Amino acid sequence: MSRAALTHPVDGRFGAFGGQYVPETLMSALRELEDMWHEAKADPQFQLELAGHRRAFIGRPTPLYAATRLSEHFGGTHIHFKREDLCHTGAHKLNNAVGQALLALRMGKKRIIAETGAGQHGVATATVCARFGLECTVYMGTEDMRRQSMNVRRMKLLGAEVVEVKSGSKTLKDATTEAIRDWVTNVRTTHYIIGSVVGPHPYPEMVRDLQRVIGDEAREQYLSLDGKLPDVVVACVGGGSNAIGIFTAFLDDRDVSLVGVEAAGKGIRTGEHAASLVGGRPGVLHGTYSYVLQDGDGQILPTHSISAGLDYPGVGPEHAFLRDIERVEYVAVTDKEALAAFHLCTSLEGIMPALEPAHAIHQAGVIARDLGPGGRILVCLSGRGDKDMDSIPTKPEADAVTSRGPLDADGG
Amino acid sequence: MVAEATSRLEKALKAEGDLKLVAYIMAGHPSKKRSIEVGKRLAGAGVAALEIGIPHSDPLADGPVIQRAGQAALAAGMTVAGALEVADAVAREGVPVVLMTYINPVLNYDPRKFAAEAAQAGVAGVIVPDLPIEEAEPVAGWLRSASLDTVFMVAPTSPPNRVDAICAHSSGFVYCVTVTGITGVRKELPPGILELLAEVRKRTELPVAAGFGISRQDHLKALRGKLDAAVVGSAIVDEIDRAGDGVALVRELLKACR
Repeated sequence: MSRAALTHPVDGRFGAFGGQYVPETLMSALRELEDMWHEAKADPQFQLELAGHRRAFIGRPTPLYAATRLSEHFGGTHIHFKREDLCHTGAHKLNNAVGQALLALRMGKKRIIAETGAGQHGVATATVCARFGLECTVYMGTEDMRRQSMNVRRMKLLGAEVVEVKSGSKTLKDATTEAIRDWVTNVRTTHYIIGSVVGPHPYPEMVRDLQRVIGDEAREQYLSLDGKLPDVVVACVGGGSNAIGIFTAFLDDRDVSLVGVEAAGKGIRTGEHAASLVGGRPGVLHGTYSYVLQDGDGQILPTHSISAGLDYPGVGPEHAFLRDIERVEYVAVTDKEALAAFHLCTSLEGIMPALEPAHAIHQAGVIARDLGPGGRILVCLSGRGDKDMDSIPTKPEADAVTSRGPLDADGG
Repeated sequence: MVAEATSRLEKALKAEGDLKLVAYIMAGHPSKKRSIEVGKRLAGAGVAALEIGIPHSDPLADGPVIQRAGQAALAAGMTVAGALEVADAVAREGVPVVLMTYINPVLNYDPRKFAAEAAQAGVAGVIVPDLPIEEAEPVAGWLRSASLDTVFMVAPTSPPNRVDAICAHSSGFVYCVTVTGITGVRKELPPGILELLAEVRKRTELPVAAGFGISRQDHLKALRGKLDAAVVGSAIVDEIDRAGDGVALVRELLKACR
């Protein structure tokens, strides 16, 4: 199948997934957004401007990094990181926020709203609003405000209003619901910058288009090493924007396996997890038909993950499609495994990953064991761990890692 | 897709000089038993139709009052099957019942089964606020084949060509969302609402009902003669929380309709 056939949504859908399940009030705005995005995307002036901001404001291209000590630890498979943690504000989220802010300016909308879980998308949005002189309101669950307090402070310093969301599970799901309700009310003046490849069409496609720079760069950088592609590309999946961002460039490379890593939380069997593709069923959440964690009566379930950025009961519709056509394999990694991988990466590479990509690093270790020496793995290191200092226990877990290593931890 | 002449909703909601009143309650709020009692009393108080909400964990179109009622209903164990039982009990009073629910509980229940059981319960029509006309099929098809009316919403942001399409998809009545926003009590009717209603009325033979933010006698007086029916939701749900049933409020509102 050609790349275009694989990734271009038809009538807003990727196979059966996607769509626009939103109140009528938003339908005209979604149509306008779709038209404006396609127009902007095709406009060389817009692309030139975007490229300039990527270079000078975000700090792109981000490097490809050989994680040699980690490779050695995992038995000799070559592991490379795509260093999205080196983006301005500390994660890949800014790639999307910059593009959508430019689009908002083009549409003449001066007020921006966003939802945030880990706070990285909130910070990225607050950052572009400061940069471009836009008014900014960020919705964030009480629970996430507690565990990501530093990001709350950063958003406020950047001039954003942070609205605490106390309903439901008080995390990303509820913040998103609240942001959509704000948008229903203020749609004439406001642009909603969704932080992931979720939500109604055209968001999954637009956010994918803005994040695919990760994989486009990484593929070229990887080829320039020795002319070969990786065996496996691994990325963590919450809503799934960094994963779609890096996968898209490799979809046509049939010899490259793609692995998406969801959050197994305390274990899939406990029910306390956030793995929609591994443990959920198709359904509608936040305007899109995709895999959803829901109870027997179609109510959305509360989720659990140590990582606020993965703590979401839905996933982008393109991932649902890529799962069903078996182009991407989706697995889930527990809190404990992710924490161990965090410590391992920090102590062996001097790179503190965010807890989200720490899930992907754990899985890279599992895959490395299968591939053996000479194997080639590319990991999307989607963000840095500074924000997670309050979630990371200090000594005991670190000791456990140096004495056992993550491969000896309980299997995923 | 034009409604059959026999549509109970169409007959009940067509204004005849007066303004018809539609009352909204949430199934299972504050309890299943209680919501049945309240529904029956409101039916007896003279409303033209009853809208019964099926609670959902993530109600994108609802304000805080109805969201709270939904959360309370879910916490008290309300389900889709339970809500169909509430509708069944209330529909026996003879006033047409319209179910309002979000799409995911319906998809999860199986739209075909949902349509058949709703019809069996005596329900007259269904409103799904997160199901715009583009996404209507196949769910709307199942509803129609069970002889249920499919009510779609027009919003102040809907351009004229969409209004036409929405009216064409609707049966029973056309639901006009009066505000660019979510459900909830508001002091004033939004500006431009009468123009929107006139526009919609020009484009359909179906009764036109307005909802979202309508809660007071003066709102109803301003609307009388301009459309067929008004839906009052949050104000009644709020009254159920404070006073037990909302019958007094409905009686008072009905005075402004005549």
